[in-house]
Amino acid sequence: MASYLKLDHIGKTFTRGAQKSEVLRDINLSIDKGEYVSIIGHSGCGKSTLLNLIAGLTEVSSGGVLLENKEVSAPGPDRAVVFQNHSLLPWLTVYDNVKLAVNKVFANRSGAERHDWIMENLSLVQMAHAKDKRPGEISGGMKQRVGIARALAMEPKILLLDEPFGALDALTRAHLQDQMMEIHARLGNTMIMITHDVDEAVLLSDRIVMMTNGPAATIGEVLEVPLERPRKRVDLASDRMYLKCREAVLKFLYERHRFVEAA
Amino acid sequence: MSLPAQKDEPVSRFPAPSQPEKAKVISLKQALPNNFDFKALGMTLLANTVPPLVVVLVLLAVWQVAFSHPGSSLPPPSEVWAQSWDLIIDPFFVYGTQDIGLGLRVLVSLERVAYGFGLAAICGVLVGAIIGQSVWMMRGLDPLFQVLRTVPPLAWLPISLAAFMDSRPSAIFVIFITAIWPVLINTAVGIRNIPQDYRNVAQVLRLNQVEFFFKIMIPAAAPYIFSGLRIGVGLSWLAIVAAEMLTGGVGIGFFIWDAWNSSRLTDIIVALVYIGLVGFVLDKLVSFIGAIVTRGTTA
Ligand SMILES: Nc1ncnc2c1ncn2[C@@H]1O[C@H](COP(=O)(O)OP(=O)(O)OP(=O)(O)O)[C@@H](O)[C@H]1O
Ligand SMILES: [Mg+2]
Repeated sequence: MASYLKLDHIGKTFTRGAQKSEVLRDINLSIDKGEYVSIIGHSGCGKSTLLNLIAGLTEVSSGGVLLENKEVSAPGPDRAVVFQNHSLLPWLTVYDNVKLAVNKVFANRSGAERHDWIMENLSLVQMAHAKDKRPGEISGGMKQRVGIARALAMEPKILLLDEPFGALDALTRAHLQDQMMEIHARLGNTMIMITHDVDEAVLLSDRIVMMTNGPAATIGEVLEVPLERPRKRVDLASDRMYLKCREAVLKFLYERHRFVEAA
Repeated sequence: MSLPAQKDEPVSRFPAPSQPEKAKVISLKQALPNNFDFKALGMTLLANTVPPLVVVLVLLAVWQVAFSHPGSSLPPPSEVWAQSWDLIIDPFFVYGTQDIGLGLRVLVSLERVAYGFGLAAICGVLVGAIIGQSVWMMRGLDPLFQVLRTVPPLAWLPISLAAFMDSRPSAIFVIFITAIWPVLINTAVGIRNIPQDYRNVAQVLRLNQVEFFFKIMIPAAAPYIFSGLRIGVGLSWLAIVAAEMLTGGVGIGFFIWDAWNSSRLTDIIVALVYIGLVGFVLDKLVSFIGAIVTRGTTA
């Protein structure tokens, strides 16, 4: 059966001058429409590289990325990215940052329609009230939310999130995780999220992709998370299945593939 | 040509005169919460205007004392006032085609600067943007620019006179060629320093070249571009005065040369003050525009 997104024997080797470093080797993964997949692994193993390959921002060295059976090699709004550090344009207001994306992707819609669509997406992440602020005037969590709104506003086939909550404090992080779950439930997007956080991975994902350490990192294990949705973090804290999944990820990361100081 | 050598020396004297540090106004807040603002404003104003005024007065006094004795080589301020008061009092008089107020002369010079610097700004930003995009262009051209950049404005004049065979376009070309380098180099560096994040955003949105230029490159590089423009406008003003001395016309530069030839030292001193003030205003103007345009860019 053809899957929605297929990573087919992907490898990536960076070359700088005569120096070659193989970062990823033989990555195979199929993702269904509407699935929420997390990628977890130690720092520097190549998670961001993998996400950039899917986004088309970096070229694959071998293998291919297939979206609905078509190979993708260049970036495009069908694979919107929420970057590790929000990447809002600081000279534009919150509204204009989203507008830049909306105007480009929905050039055929009328001005009023586009305005409504921008506001709808800002409301979705509860940022409509700050639409005229610049990124420098809002908090880190708010910036990340605007980044998410910008990505959602492109109506992407796949939403790629690179540690979207990595730089946030625990409370804000929990709040945004809840919002992400709600958005996922409402819109049914396909999401691929990189994370360092085991709880976050288990709470949000349908499947967790665990990567081995680099160099030449690959997928070590894929864990299904068979928890009912909607999920409530408080109820899950003592849920046996949740704890089992959590333990499986922890064991993978800290027993079988311990973080080694890269040479 | 018989120009005294020191006349083209100001080239090396950029950046423009720095302002005195803003003095702090303290601790009125608690005492007078209601009319605090007016008092503070007044105090700030005084704190910023009184020190330079005092300095100027002291300098004038020293100058007056130093050059008052008979047979001194330069005129003291009192003599400047006595002999050139018509120039000081009315900047905009017109007594004949060659006999006009310094304000009008400055405007003539400013017009040339506007053409030369405007061209330099546009070309500098465009070429800088192209060069900044390509590592190889940068590597190939940067040494050349670094060398050309140090050529003093006046050194370009003979060549441009030979090329244009007319003084007006020559003067404008000299300004252009003097002002373009800092704009170009700064723009290129600014473009090179655009964070990869912004480029990624542009790629994901599939912005085309034109959109990328106006929506990402220019705003992201704006702080660099404006510091280049600010240096460029200063250099333009230096170049126009030097160029006009040689090419004639009714600009402020030629006025100085003319006054020197007819031994009107006091007129030269007044013209120097004009030039300094206009240069200062130009510098502040560009940095003010820059501050408005780049507001938020560094967040
Ligand atoms: N452009 C590049 N050229 C050369 N090597 C690169 C490049 N980008 C990444 N790498 C290397 O690839 C490896 C993986 O980097 P990557 O950013 O994908 O890690 P990561 O898993 O996202 O880490 P983190 O969790 O800290 O974000 C690193 O060893 C890095 O040095
Ligand atoms: Mg990363």
